[in-house]
Amino acid sequence: MTLTRFVTKNAFRNKRRTALTVSSIALSLLLLTLMMTIWRAFYMDQGSVESSQRLITRHKVSLVFDLPAYYREKIRALPGVKHVVNEQWFGGQYKDQKPENMFAQFGTDPQEFFDVYKDLHIPPDQLQAWQKDRAGCVVDAELAKKHGWQIGDRLFIKGTIFPMNLELNIRGIFTATQPTESIYFNSTYIDEGYPPLKGLVGFYGVLANSAEDVPKVASQIDEQFRNVERPTKTESEHAFQLGWIAMMGNVKAFILSICLAVVFAILLVSANTMAMSIRERTREVALLKTLGFTQGRVLGLFVGEAMAMSILGGVVGTIIAVGVIRAASKAPGLNFFLGGVHVGIPTMLVALLVAAAVGFVSAFLPAYHASRGNIVEGLRHIG
Amino acid sequence: MAIPISYNIRNLRLRTGATLMTALGIALTVTIAIFIMALLAGLRDAFATSGEPTNVLVLRKGSNSELAAGGVAREAMQTLKDLPGIAKNSQGDTLVSGEDILVIVLPRKDGTGETNVTMRFLTPVGLEMRSKVKIVAGRWFTPGQREIVVSKSIHDRFSQTNIGDTMFFGKGNWTVVGVFDSGGSAHESEIWADINQLASDLDRTQYSSVLMKATDPVSAESLKNRVSDDQRLKLNGMLETEYYARQTSTGGPIKMVGLFVAFIMAIGSIFAAMNTMYAAVAYRAREIATLRVIGFSRPSILTSFVLESLLLALLGALVGIVLMLPFNGMTTGTSNPVTFSEAVFRLRMTPLVVSWAIIFAVVMGVLGGLAPAWHASRREILASLRD
Repeated sequence: MTLTRFVTKNAFRNKRRTALTVSSIALSLLLLTLMMTIWRAFYMDQGSVESSQRLITRHKVSLVFDLPAYYREKIRALPGVKHVVNEQWFGGQYKDQKPENMFAQFGTDPQEFFDVYKDLHIPPDQLQAWQKDRAGCVVDAELAKKHGWQIGDRLFIKGTIFPMNLELNIRGIFTATQPTESIYFNSTYIDEGYPPLKGLVGFYGVLANSAEDVPKVASQIDEQFRNVERPTKTESEHAFQLGWIAMMGNVKAFILSICLAVVFAILLVSANTMAMSIRERTREVALLKTLGFTQGRVLGLFVGEAMAMSILGGVVGTIIAVGVIRAASKAPGLNFFLGGVHVGIPTMLVALLVAAAVGFVSAFLPAYHASRGNIVEGLRHIG
Repeated sequence: MAIPISYNIRNLRLRTGATLMTALGIALTVTIAIFIMALLAGLRDAFATSGEPTNVLVLRKGSNSELAAGGVAREAMQTLKDLPGIAKNSQGDTLVSGEDILVIVLPRKDGTGETNVTMRFLTPVGLEMRSKVKIVAGRWFTPGQREIVVSKSIHDRFSQTNIGDTMFFGKGNWTVVGVFDSGGSAHESEIWADINQLASDLDRTQYSSVLMKATDPVSAESLKNRVSDDQRLKLNGMLETEYYARQTSTGGPIKMVGLFVAFIMAIGSIFAAMNTMYAAVAYRAREIATLRVIGFSRPSILTSFVLESLLLALLGALVGIVLMLPFNGMTTGTSNPVTFSEAVFRLRMTPLVVSWAIIFAVVMGVLGGLAPAWHASRREILASLRD
């Protein structure tokens, strides 16, 4: 019998206990993996190459203030700027207020929109059709699939922020690497339907020549519109998205405290199990030592057993996490934040590492005591 | 006959390590559950105490938020003021307040970034209509000046909000001149300033909303219907309390994530409790058989072990509640989907929250103890004694 076999045999000796411990650890690691995945998606992902080249220019005080339309040409004239497009969030309502019918609608300029958002792909003939129809719109492929829309369909969007409604013809379906949950239409529709907004723009999407140009372009834009009635704030697209997350509250502290609680909880569960099973085996330990097993080896056996159990729990937990994230990234209401998110290999490795560390720490102390125990005392032990 | 509870207590004390570890695991789960429930209770509270039943809020038809563009035209104000059933103040002014809402970005004090904050612009009549709001430092703004007053929570949570600080928007710098306390209502997340100054600064020709005070709740109801039914106005009236009640959906994401985490952790804790109880049953096999021989029935063994698990869970609940106590009353904020700005609220461990936490722990204890207790009561006496 090899040592590994000895460890596995022992780990599954009390099947019920092992099953309960492993599932308990698996559930905790499921939560840990989910939290780490969300953390990574929110704070560490830099997005696509195209996204890192993009900036958002908005009114310095708040997104609810508009910017003049003539800023567009001024921004375009700056060095390092390749394309600029105006965007206006419409915030309308499709069908009803149910979360599954919620998606974003933006008014924009069909001539330049896809030049700035190069990571959105649309067939050229559909783009032309959109550019020709002033009441046309293009929709995200995922969104079209969800609602069963086809080219030529009409969409009715009720305005809740602006006192006007939209009746749009779907002229194109674009694909994106990450679901955008958005549709885009010609902004002149808003200008004509709600004249107070004519000549005003919600925010600008700016494409820089390269990712290295982004900080320079940002400071140049803000410098140019500093001492004017409507000052701007320009930031990278990633920073802009982080702003939305920051609005939800102290998300970082929330995630961190859950992670801490979860890790501590698995530590308790695992330590408890190991303490119980080691205590039951006091006589066996003494026997092993009589047979010539050294203290270090006995210690290794128990620690190995605990680590095997917790790593097994970790594997099960991460596998479930992959499934949960896959389901959540499609669920209404969650897909805005989790769209396109998946559990990365590094995240899985970290989860397994945590599992192994927990196994090690939880078994070390009881195993150390057991391995140092007096043989005669141990043999006499009645458990 | 029932086995005395002191038997269980002594057993728990005998295995201190296992008892403490299991109870702490349950305590962690309870802590997370209380935390989420206290957050939601605080949010609900903030919106439930907002608005007065005699106040009627008027918005443009089709809009569900004060933030929407295109509101109530200034000309409509006179029509509204002439409606019957509106209260007057001691000077004989009709209590109708045209108001405007803006959202501005302010940096958080704790350095976690910037967020949107609601700014409400109103007249002194509007101040008078919010009877719960009191000034606690400095003074109210002077009409016709670029002066603002901030709520206590905003003052505590955001930089640039001390008396004397200024912020730039419109056509100049606005100075903070006072701090108000709204008694935990939704106004706790707001900054207030003079509407006429704003109108001239930003060339606003409309109000985003109008607030009217009716003489009593019954006339408030009819006032609301009159506004909505008037074809000339194209406006929509609703009770102020109804408007805020709708915003409790603000806690949606917290609720969803929190319940999910608490649920998963609860299952984990139930497994852990089961483990501990199974070990206890195995350890005491001979003892249980002896109890049976003395004459204790199977049901009383079952009850006794479930009770023991329950005690374990209650200990966990107690520790969990104590762990959460320091966070009670803590101020925090989240984004309000109706106003797109920060809703500030306090963590509130209400008696209801605490009772739910205890129930939650009891459920974990019972579910964790049931199967092991069942096994204990089913054991063959002779086989166990011989073990």
